[in-house]
Amino acid sequence: MKNQKAHIIAAIVEHKPGVLYSVSNMFRRRGFNIDSITVGPSEQEDLARMTITVKGEDKTLEQVIKQMNKLIEVVKVSRLDPENIVTREMALIKVHVSKTEARSDIIDYVEVFRGRVIDVSPETLMAEITGTSDKIDAFIELMKTFGIREIARTGITALSRGLKSVRIEE
Amino acid sequence: MNQMANMSGAHALIEALKRQEVKVIFGITGGAIMPVYDVLYDDTDVRHILCRHEQCAAHAADGYARASGKPGICMSTSGPGATNLVTGIANAYMDSSPVIALTGQVSTYAPNSSYMIGRDAFQEADIIGITTPITKYNIQVTKAAEIPKVVKTAFHIATSGRPGPVLIDLPKDVQTNCAEMDFSEKIQLRGYKPQYNPHPLQVEKAAESLVNAEKPLILAGGGVTSSNAFQELLQLAELLMAPVATTLMGKGSFPENHPLSLGNIGMHGTRSANQLILEADVLLAVGTRFSDRSTGNLDSFCPNAKIIHIDIDSAEIGKNVDIDIPIVADAKRTLIAIFGLLLNQLKKRKDSVWSRRVKEVKEQLQNNLPNGEGKGLKPKDLLIELRKILPEDTIVTTEVGQNQMWAALHYQVLKPRTFISSGGLGTMGFGFPAALGAKVACPDRPVLDIAGDGSFIMTEQDLACSVMENIPVTVIVLNNSVLGMPAQWQRLFYNRRYSAVNLGHVPDFVKLAEAYGAKGARVESQEAFSRIVRDALRSDVTTVIDVPISSEENVFPIIPPGRGLNDMAVG
Repeated sequence: MKNQKAHIIAAIVEHKPGVLYSVSNMFRRRGFNIDSITVGPSEQEDLARMTITVKGEDKTLEQVIKQMNKLIEVVKVSRLDPENIVTREMALIKVHVSKTEARSDIIDYVEVFRGRVIDVSPETLMAEITGTSDKIDAFIELMKTFGIREIARTGITALSRGLKSVRIEE
Repeated sequence: MNQMANMSGAHALIEALKRQEVKVIFGITGGAIMPVYDVLYDDTDVRHILCRHEQCAAHAADGYARASGKPGICMSTSGPGATNLVTGIANAYMDSSPVIALTGQVSTYAPNSSYMIGRDAFQEADIIGITTPITKYNIQVTKAAEIPKVVKTAFHIATSGRPGPVLIDLPKDVQTNCAEMDFSEKIQLRGYKPQYNPHPLQVEKAAESLVNAEKPLILAGGGVTSSNAFQELLQLAELLMAPVATTLMGKGSFPENHPLSLGNIGMHGTRSANQLILEADVLLAVGTRFSDRSTGNLDSFCPNAKIIHIDIDSAEIGKNVDIDIPIVADAKRTLIAIFGLLLNQLKKRKDSVWSRRVKEVKEQLQNNLPNGEGKGLKPKDLLIELRKILPEDTIVTTEVGQNQMWAALHYQVLKPRTFISSGGLGTMGFGFPAALGAKVACPDRPVLDIAGDGSFIMTEQDLACSVMENIPVTVIVLNNSVLGMPAQWQRLFYNRRYSAVNLGHVPDFVKLAEAYGAKGARVESQEAFSRIVRDALRSDVTTVIDVPISSEENVFPIIPPGRGLNDMAVG
């Protein structure tokens, strides 16, 4: 697979039931791959924002954006310029902790990654890490040596820097 | 009626349809749509046509829409009624036809009852989920008061931009609940603004390429019909001296008896169209989506041409073929704009080097299309004869398969919207119900379905509808007693291993027609064919004409699957 770059797309959609289905169904039927998708309310009450990560060639990306635009409930779609965005992902990671030394090692790592310990039990410890996906990948890699019990990741969400925005002017 | 009124959802639905000038609904009733049918019982303005299968209702609405250019309406109950519409909706979607489908649905909420959406109630099907990928838009109404606005929105979306089917799902309690209905409410669609006007810079670029073109060729698709751009296409082609090839959906957008007409391109295109498109230096593609059946293998499609693509759907630009000059806009407006620029730069000519080449290729190739090898009546001869018999404004529909490709190759279409065929989905069983819909739209014109036995049998039960509702059409069954196109492929590509294609001589189509109260006739000779067709056109009841042909008959030319337009087999 040559040139399979990851692209981040932001979409402003009608905040109605069924819209997520229309979008994801279109991706499925046209054979586009979603790496991650996050959906939440936007700055406007009746509009929601989707952040979608897609892998593919530039031509595929162009089709993704056009096909999304074609959906009636999708109001605006843009590819975010990778040079000029902030991306974040959050992950909750639950690790097995049997020995006391391990517990303090994990807490040190969490601090290095500017995360937080948000739950402890005699056998487990849960960390919250926020950052780019690479940073979360790196933290997870470290935790593997201790034994990971569960991971929950939010997927990437992103905004352009400065005044450049994907929004609907009222 | 005032803009505001208190009424039931079912009343509001019919009122809203009338405000959209709906005159006809094709449908079948059932449990979850009965409140609407109860309103229709008293209504004298809207004609309901009782089909015998919901698929036919959807195809009839599609045929109505294509013949008239106005939206066609079909209606069914929930569950199986709605799922039976699905093939017809998918067909309308693939061919960009403005069909409005109304489906009943189980109630959203009924006190002390389990009949609610999402609880797998009797005849519940998630028709919104099912039709999302095959509709331009679909919506389930959750409150009766929303109905006027939903109907307005549905018609706007179905008929504007690139047309397409819209489905409205109506839970039973939404039909029975009363509310203050506001018919004046404006619709708002922030995410839907079709681009009608072409970008002036793109028009200039297109005009410049066309002025400098030595061998321009126009490829006309269904978009020319959707935007009613026939006149504009004709005047531009004549000014450029550019030959016009059509896709199957574009057949009828350019008069096929015109010296510049090449007929269809593609898998079963004419030899001259497939030949000349390879020679063109500028291709002006209008309202086409470059389907695989039209282009053949893309590596050898138009190798030397700069391609200008006009389409109102931006997602079609660059989807299948790389485009040099894209124009996202209405076909008619764009052709007018290009013509306007060219008029100052080009003089009208009698001929050109290119037009002489076109004439030469047409004379060499077009007129010697081979007749099939089989014995007996020849589809080609019959279709050429048919053109002589039928008035110019006759609407011809087709089924799908060999019958359709013979019709596309040999039956000349002279007027817009007089050739109706299932292009994208290739739905066997489409032609007959589509003919019924077309006849309802245009009752004063003859309507004729060119059928095969395999296709016709898929929807023949609506002969009952045609007889009971007085919708006389003519069905010509080119009866080879096999599933002809699969049989042809098996003959050509599968070593004559005829797997599951033999239909026998069953049924007897003459008796079948008579069983429904229609007329039946069997044709044994070319002379009898002409006479019987003429009789059928005058008949006030539907006639089924059984025309036995050889099961060995092939459609030629054919581009073998996966090959390019330069790889045509002619027999």
